[in-house]
Amino acid sequence: MNIKKRLVNIYYSFLRPIFKNRRAFTGFVILLGFFLMATVGPLVVPLSLRTDWSKRYLPPSLEHPLGTDYCGRDIFQQIVHGSRSVLLIAVLSALFAIVLAITVGITAGLLGGIVDVILSSIIDVFLTIPSFPVMLIIAATLKVKDPFSFSAIISMWMWAGLARSIRAEVVSIRNKEFIEAAKLLDLGTFHIVFREIMPLVMPYIAINFITMMRAAITASVGIMFLGVVPFDITHWGVMLNLAMFQYGAVYVPEGLHYALAPLACIVLLEYGAVCLSHGLEEIFNPRLKTYE
Amino acid sequence: MLWRIIKRIIYAFFTIFLSASITFFLIYNIPGSVVDIIAAQLAEEMGVPFEEAKEIALTYYVGYDPNKPLLERYVEYILNLLTGNLGRSTIFRVPVTEVIVKALPWTLFVLSTALLTSFAIGVLLGLIIAWRRRTILGPIVTAYASFTDAMPDFVTAMILYIVLAVRLKLFPMKGAYSESLTPGLYPDFILSVLYHATLPILAYVVEHVGFWALLMKGSAASVLEEDFVKAAVARGLPERRILTAYVGRVAILPVAVMLAIQLGAMLGGSTIIETVFNYPGIGYFFAYATQNLDYGLMQGLFFVIIVGIVVANLVIDIIYPLIDPRVRREAGRL
Repeated sequence: MNIKKRLVNIYYSFLRPIFKNRRAFTGFVILLGFFLMATVGPLVVPLSLRTDWSKRYLPPSLEHPLGTDYCGRDIFQQIVHGSRSVLLIAVLSALFAIVLAITVGITAGLLGGIVDVILSSIIDVFLTIPSFPVMLIIAATLKVKDPFSFSAIISMWMWAGLARSIRAEVVSIRNKEFIEAAKLLDLGTFHIVFREIMPLVMPYIAINFITMMRAAITASVGIMFLGVVPFDITHWGVMLNLAMFQYGAVYVPEGLHYALAPLACIVLLEYGAVCLSHGLEEIFNPRLKTYE
Repeated sequence: MLWRIIKRIIYAFFTIFLSASITFFLIYNIPGSVVDIIAAQLAEEMGVPFEEAKEIALTYYVGYDPNKPLLERYVEYILNLLTGNLGRSTIFRVPVTEVIVKALPWTLFVLSTALLTSFAIGVLLGLIIAWRRRTILGPIVTAYASFTDAMPDFVTAMILYIVLAVRLKLFPMKGAYSESLTPGLYPDFILSVLYHATLPILAYVVEHVGFWALLMKGSAASVLEEDFVKAAVARGLPERRILTAYVGRVAILPVAVMLAIQLGAMLGGSTIIETVFNYPGIGYFFAYATQNLDYGLMQGLFFVIIVGIVVANLVIDIIYPLIDPRVRREAGRL
């Protein structure tokens, strides 16, 4: 019944500030562009992986907007189809990590005592272990073949930082009056967690979702770049791996665009995420603006 | 104070122990036993029957008996780690420690040089842009920082490699020194080492200098608000002295804490950067081991990376209160 009201609410509390903040808006538009590329793109752009050696390393043209690769396949098609798995892994990893961080952070903060001590030390350990080598070793030994388990592995090494800040936030509000009131009214843990605490940590979560997506892109492309889990031939990391290590496209002048296309896309996508997360920080924490 | 240090040390050991356990159980769970894979390779290469090859694999390359129960093998593995036996590489057919002895000096050299260079440049830039608010330098550094923040390390490394090594041929494409030279302490060799290390160091510096600059700017900006700085300005002290002795000295402390964390990030990133530049350090061999499923080498090098990071964190944790009296007081209160 309240759907319209809710949409209006989302518009005013979330979308309008983004439109008004130039940085956030830039990032938002870039990310939206890539999301369209990943969702609608593959439906519009066909993917043909037929080898045609006569078309090897063609420069960009109308027929091939980004040129062709080492065996005559269109690079633009690969970029469009690859964006799907790049973004899928990014979103899934961020989602898994957020859920894990909220669960651990709120449990540690609310329960306190020995549970808090144990969970906090687990968080510390996860923060100390270097994430990239451990992701690489897990992905390599478990021979990952699908985006879901790959995202699960990546998210395992991303949640700890957010869990720590959520825990700190919960500890600082645990004894505030409105929580006490909710407890006295016997509203139940469910109500306290989702109605009283969640709205307060929501800004953290929104910003962290974007930064985690970015971290997941860096990690997944990096791992694929090293050629460890090549389950999707059009993934940008696999394209980079082929260009750099397998077919030596970077060593011949005419093959350079094959490496540059995925590189440019990764930088643009991550730049969008950086802009949006910085913009969101400015929106939720206006004090930051004065230092700029 | 002493109790705090002891607590940190116990905690560091626990982290190392836990990471070692994770890799042990990971590799234990590999589909198709490690021994069988190695034995198959050996059988093919040496032309012996599979069973015989398996015996050899067990004694030489695995270092533990897979017929023993899991717990016993685990204990044996941990005991081996404690005595410095990190297992054997199945590809290079040497103990992992031998690979480490060869590779670690290069990684340490490149990482420490890159860390100190980027820290020095970044801190200086941050201090300047915090002090001179109205110059064009501030926005330039901020824009540079958010741009390099958006560039993952493999992007920076690949661009530098393609442009400076492959296209312009200004720098070598592989190795830590020219192969025609024998290692030793003479000028030609040292120059060759520096020449080969330039690109990896440059990649780290390009990637991290913006981070330090922004961190220092934030820290210095809050120190500039303090009364003692205003008093120094009012006393008419020279600008240089205010910046170094008054602002810099205080503002650098919270920035320096990040050195260990940043070293950890760089050590993690070395896997990619050393692979791109074909620089034979720890990261290069670690990537090589994961690509070729050399489990012994993977496990051993991962252990070295973990120990490096945990020790760096521990050193900062212990030293920091000694340099920053504010933290010392707080730590004493806790």
